[in-house]
Amino acid sequence: MSVETRAGRSPAIPPGRGAEVRRRDRPAGGFELWSWLFMRVSGVALLGLAVGHVLIMHVLDEGVSRVNFEFVQLRWESPFWRTWDWALLVLALLHGINGLRVTVQDYVRWPGARFALNVLFALTGFLLFVLGTVIVFTFDPNAWPRTS
Amino acid sequence: MDDGNGLGDVLEASDRRAAGAGGRVTLTLRIRRYNPETRGQESWWDEFTIESEPDDRLLDALHHVKWYLDGTLALRRSCAHGICGSDAMMINGRNALACKVIVRDVAPRVTVEPIRGLPVLKDLIVDMEPFFAGYRSVLPYLINDSGEPEKERLQSPEERHRYDDTTKCILCAACTTSCPIFWGDEEYVGPAAIVNAHRFVYDSRDEGGRRRLEILAEKNGVFRCRTTFNCTDACPRGIEVTKAIQDVKRSILFDRF
Repeated sequence: MSVETRAGRSPAIPPGRGAEVRRRDRPAGGFELWSWLFMRVSGVALLGLAVGHVLIMHVLDEGVSRVNFEFVQLRWESPFWRTWDWALLVLALLHGINGLRVTVQDYVRWPGARFALNVLFALTGFLLFVLGTVIVFTFDPNAWPRTS
Repeated sequence: MDDGNGLGDVLEASDRRAAGAGGRVTLTLRIRRYNPETRGQESWWDEFTIESEPDDRLLDALHHVKWYLDGTLALRRSCAHGICGSDAMMINGRNALACKVIVRDVAPRVTVEPIRGLPVLKDLIVDMEPFFAGYRSVLPYLINDSGEPEKERLQSPEERHRYDDTTKCILCAACTTSCPIFWGDEEYVGPAAIVNAHRFVYDSRDEGGRRRLEILAEKNGVFRCRTTFNCTDACPRGIEVTKAIQDVKRSILFDRF
């Protein structure tokens, strides 16, 4: 009986949560959903990370003029600041490269050019990720000649 | 637009009587023309200056041009009262229905172009097929496999209200052809298709919501929307198009919780 079926599936459910949709199948949404969600979450996270970074490196105390090898060494003695900088690096790269992917999707019509640009951006991002990650995790001030 | 010669229609005559004998205004129409059969692939601009009642619609002015000045001007219109959705065009840079724009609001000069992002066939007429392909792809019809009800399928006012806004769509394409993402890539289903999916996804009598959400979660679905709000501005029916799109995004996201 359709009436019973309907009564059983449409109780008072708050609007906008998608619960009106029947739940028997696999939920909708794949890569594009997660990409979209990631851009929003990482955007909020980057706001804090990047503003904090700019304040520390360029504004507080005497700003950028006090930043030298000693400064970085002192800051990176704390795992907190290493994590901060690594999170900033990873999120900025993923956010930026994904943003480029979306821009390419919107503006580049020829499939070959789309593919080539996406590969170029992904490779560049991966190289920067490897380079930054190696530095963040292996930085040892004693392995470097003193500059001052 | 003198009806004495029998060329005008009855509705137009009654409209003019209701408008009274106010002063006439001079209106210059700058119209983007295109005719691959006689003028090749280049579009061009034509200007027509007419005398018009200030309370006439822009569609009346276009009729005047077509009926008395240049019969080769091609445009679509059917009901001329904002319901059929045939006469969407870009008027002064914004998509609107020519039958819902009043001459007084655009005089003394108005620019009229075909809606963007669809292949132009002639003058103001575009090929609507890519638009309807997006529309068809979201299964815009009732899906209910629970069998025929004995009487009508009942629905509470609250359940009806949930999708009320999106029932107003007349498929004029003003929203989809104002969308910069659709301009760049007509593979994107576009705002109108999402509005019409919304109309059934949130209908308590319908059981195809999950299938539509799966379609809209794909590469060319709702996540290509950049929330520029052009669609909401363009809709001649006042549908909150961007809100409907965000509803669908939210449903896809929270569907799993």
